[in-house]
Amino acid sequence: MILIKRMQLLGRSGLSFMGDIGRASLFLYQALVGKPDWVHGFGRLVQQLYSVGVLSLIIIVLSALFIGMVLGLQGYTILVKFGAEHALGQLIALSLVRELGPVVGALLFAGRAGSALTAEIGLMKTTEQLSSMEMMGIDPLRRIIAPRFWAGQISMPVLALIFNCVAILGGYTVGVEWLGVDTGAFWANMQSAVDFYADVMNGIIKSVVFGTVITWIAVFQGIDCPPTSEGIGRATTRTVVYSSLAILGLDFFLTAVMFGET
Amino acid sequence: MKMRTVEITVGALMVAGILSLLMLALQVSGLSHFFREEPGYRIKAEFANIGALKVRAKVSVAGVVVGRVVKIQLEPETFNATVWMAIDPMQVDKLPIDTRASILTAGLLGDNYISLLPGFNETEFLREGNNISIGNTDSAVILEQLISKFLAGQVSASKNTNNSQRDQ
Amino acid sequence: MKPNSNKGKTFDSGFQNLKTAEKLNSNNMVEIRDLHFTRNSRVIFEGVNITVPRGKVTAVMGPSGSGKTTLLRLIGGQLIPDRGTVLVEGQEIPELSRDQLYRARRQMGMLFQSGALFSDLNVFENVAFPLREHTQLPESMIRDLVLMKLQAVGLRGARELMPSELSGGMARRVALARALAMDPSLIMFDEPFAGQDPISMGVLVQLIRLLNDALKMTTIIVSHDVQETTSIADYIYVIADGRVVGSGTPETLMQDGAAWVQQFMQGLPDGPVPFHYPAQDYSNDLWGDVV
Repeated sequence: MILIKRMQLLGRSGLSFMGDIGRASLFLYQALVGKPDWVHGFGRLVQQLYSVGVLSLIIIVLSALFIGMVLGLQGYTILVKFGAEHALGQLIALSLVRELGPVVGALLFAGRAGSALTAEIGLMKTTEQLSSMEMMGIDPLRRIIAPRFWAGQISMPVLALIFNCVAILGGYTVGVEWLGVDTGAFWANMQSAVDFYADVMNGIIKSVVFGTVITWIAVFQGIDCPPTSEGIGRATTRTVVYSSLAILGLDFFLTAVMFGET
Repeated sequence: MKMRTVEITVGALMVAGILSLLMLALQVSGLSHFFREEPGYRIKAEFANIGALKVRAKVSVAGVVVGRVVKIQLEPETFNATVWMAIDPMQVDKLPIDTRASILTAGLLGDNYISLLPGFNETEFLREGNNISIGNTDSAVILEQLISKFLAGQVSASKNTNNSQRDQ
Repeated sequence: MKPNSNKGKTFDSGFQNLKTAEKLNSNNMVEIRDLHFTRNSRVIFEGVNITVPRGKVTAVMGPSGSGKTTLLRLIGGQLIPDRGTVLVEGQEIPELSRDQLYRARRQMGMLFQSGALFSDLNVFENVAFPLREHTQLPESMIRDLVLMKLQAVGLRGARELMPSELSGGMARRVALARALAMDPSLIMFDEPFAGQDPISMGVLVQLIRLLNDALKMTTIIVSHDVQETTSIADYIYVIADGRVVGSGTPETLMQDGAAWVQQFMQGLPDGPVPFHYPAQDYSNDLWGDVV
């Protein structure tokens, strides 16, 4: 009896999960397919790039700086045991370009920009701004969602690139300036170890995927939230939780595909 | 006015992104080697076994890097490996025709590289497309082979000592 | 110019279902016949018939949760009924394609309960928004149009303010100006009087009546404020439990014999709608355990 109930519960939650995915996909399709309005669209995109990208820049840069410095410090203390501190550049660059840059950048992005997107759209829904737009004969999906989605997708790889650079410079500061690793060895080892296509490009691909997933989750949660203040709060939490899980899960998958065979 | 700051900051973000990409490409991954054709003249060398030699491995004379490996291919008839190298004429212009090429390992666990040992011919030099034949090359030293040889040698050596002890 | 050409278009597409159009009295802006609507297995409407005559102020009244706002959304095509017809200017709203629906909506203005002003735009831009989206008018003409609409609601001086700086009544007046921006032929008000102080209430009451007559619009008001609504409405429908329980001019409705309508119109605390939520017997509840 209990088993049957459990099975029913499982089936029901499975169905509702599939339903959610389906609704989210349809929603994305409706928002993005159709003739784009280049004249107005560009201005809106710039506006959203500002609120999604530029406003996330400070947290990205600061976190990157500290993560790079910690990597330099930890990497040095470990490598120096094997007398291999000249490989510090390689360690820092590879771990950043392949993993930390896209992943930590995406986690920060989800926390900063994703939650803000959900809250903003949820508030628009709660205060009936979306409904009133619809009643004016303007499709809120294309007017509100599409520019935010594209802005998220463009900002994420740009922010990840900046994250990588700042973190490498942070690692350089600690490793070379403070701990005395040789500058030449630092860069030369890095350059011989990091491959542009295999490492940098794959990292960029990762961050494009993450950017898509985060903004998709964020705008969908905003549109889908119950129109109450409690609903907005929950939707915002869900955005951060779902995107973080999606980032880490997808990261494993992408890493397995990209770096698995070598 | 407010729209203007938005535009400017977004522009700055994009420029920062492009600069970061450039830094990652040039300073971090050393992509500049990929973009431009490796400078210098090409010579090739035939090896029986190249071990773990990779494209972009360095080519050195007396420890000084004079070029890079640009291409590796298998000779279909002899089953030897042909390695193409680009040699920087600024570093070394006149390599004698009887120069010897060996694949060495940097340190105990490091990467393979090619070391050129110049010969004594003072009239003929390696030119674009010239070949260092298999007789003039040393293959990579494979660590496993070395160990098994060493063990085999020890066994036969101990057998010899046993025999000699028995003889006595 | 633009709205007129649009009107022509809506009429053209209206002729597609000429048969239904002929049956209708062309004096009616909105006709709702045998409307059934269920949301989350909760029945909201079962068999509602409402007629909104052109050029008149029609009010739909009822207690909270009786689906008044839902009715407006059905007219605006944001919700699709389970059964029945919703005709606006002879067009069957639930059967329009997405593009036709969006075109039809340009003829409708709707004022939401909260005002629903875009919080990132100031008053001027809020009113200009539909003009910018739907027309290619030059900036100077948009400015003139917006100032005219703002003047009509008495807020021309507040054009630089942000929505967060407006009082509730002012926000609603701005929203009204925005709803009027495209010169709609039908305007719908969702609870325009809820939570207003007496002065802004008086202003809104006057505005709704004046604008309806001056701009030759058709107005639908959804409200549960009996006094204000009866003072401006030409015709009132009272809905409860998914049906129309009473209708008529304000005077006849006040004299209506039905007990329910009397309780609602006069705001009596007890009547067909009981004061007490259904519960077991009071004395039983209190003393049942002791005895």
